[in-house]
Amino acid sequence: MGARYDLESQLKDIDVPVILFENVSKEYQSGIPALKNVNIEIRKGEFVFIVGNSGSGKSTLIKLMLREIKPTSGRVYVAGKLLDKLRKWQVAKFRRKLGVVFQDFRLLPDRSVFENVAFAQRVIEAPTREIQRQTPRMLAMVGLADKYKAMPKELSGGEQQRVALARALVNNPVILLADEPTGNLDPKNSWEIMRLLEEINRRGTTVVVVTHNREIVDQMQKRVITVKNGIIVSDQKGGYAYAKNQYSSI
Amino acid sequence: MPRISTVVYSIGQGGKNLRRNRMFSLASIGTMAACLFLFGIFYFLLQNLQYAIKGAETNVGVTVFFEKGTSVARVEQIQEEIGRRAEVAYVNYVSAEEAWERYKQTSLTAEQIESFGEDNPLENSASLEVHINDVSAQTDLVRYIETFPEVRQINDSQELADMLNGINRAVSIVTTVIIAILAGVAVFLISTTISTGISIRAQEISIMKLIGATDFFIEAPFFVEGVLLGAIGAAIPLALLYAVYREISSYIAQKLVSVLGRGTMLLDSRAVFQMLVPISLAIGIGIGVLGTWMTLKKQLRKIL
Repeated sequence: MGARYDLESQLKDIDVPVILFENVSKEYQSGIPALKNVNIEIRKGEFVFIVGNSGSGKSTLIKLMLREIKPTSGRVYVAGKLLDKLRKWQVAKFRRKLGVVFQDFRLLPDRSVFENVAFAQRVIEAPTREIQRQTPRMLAMVGLADKYKAMPKELSGGEQQRVALARALVNNPVILLADEPTGNLDPKNSWEIMRLLEEINRRGTTVVVVTHNREIVDQMQKRVITVKNGIIVSDQKGGYAYAKNQYSSI
Repeated sequence: MPRISTVVYSIGQGGKNLRRNRMFSLASIGTMAACLFLFGIFYFLLQNLQYAIKGAETNVGVTVFFEKGTSVARVEQIQEEIGRRAEVAYVNYVSAEEAWERYKQTSLTAEQIESFGEDNPLENSASLEVHINDVSAQTDLVRYIETFPEVRQINDSQELADMLNGINRAVSIVTTVIIAILAGVAVFLISTTISTGISIRAQEISIMKLIGATDFFIEAPFFVEGVLLGAIGAAIPLALLYAVYREISSYIAQKLVSVLGRGTMLLDSRAVFQMLVPISLAIGIGIGVLGTWMTLKKQLRKIL
């Protein structure tokens, strides 16, 4: 038992990919190929932007990572799991390792800020004591400790997205997937969210952000994966502009 | 094994679904209540009819006549043998004298009786009156009695037996068909209610799925909703039926006492409701669970 524990703890520290796409293709029922032979490797603790035009295949990448869909061919590994092999009842447990944030926040309008964050813990059947301890901590982290009683409609877009972030992080996910997290926000709020994502990444969570926001991608100088027509056309550190220079048609 | 907090949460959410989805919930409860009210009425009818048939069955008899010269001892022996059969309630021996006495009282005028003097024209008519407790077994019983060589003639009441059997069967069939139709309507309405509940909570369910909720966690509130719809839909008609049955039985009893001098015709309400309460609740909850299960299977797949 002791030996096994040691091996597991050693493995945790090894620089292994937390997301690995091996020759992944996805074709929808309409017959249109969404992804063609994609290979991606994202390591633990990385901060990665995925950029590309509408219909380029970005959303398909996120759906594959969440195991909402299965690839037509190839293999997808996320958080140490080969997703094709997951059975239906295993998907729920797998998703607990991920945090997800969306452009439209997806908060429950009839519940308070506290309840929205606590909801993520209720769903995984966390003990009440744990919910009461962890929820205020997360709200404090996103700067909304004093608004825990507020309803979502009483908050600004930036605040709503921060609640969504707190909800995504409350269960300590290995990976945070953010699908256009600044899509509905003004520049000031967009930067606040990006600063928060950076802080979350600094604390050890792998962050994957799908975005159209060129300015943010350029300024943050992180790894950028560029997708066009279902193909990875660029994967390197730098801004959106850099990718654009190399592939002028994007 | 779910946590207690999860069970409490699911019950709370199930109740919330009912309130959120008020109109459909009321429609479902109303239909369920109507179904089970009708079921209750048919159940009363069936139970009381069977009670009446049981009473009639014991009055339905087979009369057995014997060959001339059969000794009283032999007749009594046959009486004992017939009396041992399961479908036989009791057997009466009617001597020739008794038969003549009865005939005189029921069918003859004083003048006619006088004309016979001391003669007994029914001298060879000693008989056994066999009372049975299950009319459907009458044919078999007659066949059995015919095997005694001393038996000269058997008068049975096959027509009455057939009629009682027919009524019994018809009421059972009508009840089953009506209940099946009403149950189908109730399942459909509950399914619509749950379906509406799912579409109202579609976003919540999609979030739940994304953040790792198990199927149990997602589905449990809907099952709670289905069970509540069924249970409330059963409780309302039971209360109504109880009041109605008590009123009717006491009314009939009063009428009978004044007319016939006896007051029992309907089954005692406790005897009826002892069975009707668990049956109605089981049907209500069963329909609720079935409607929920069918809907969840179809609708939840569409979300995410």
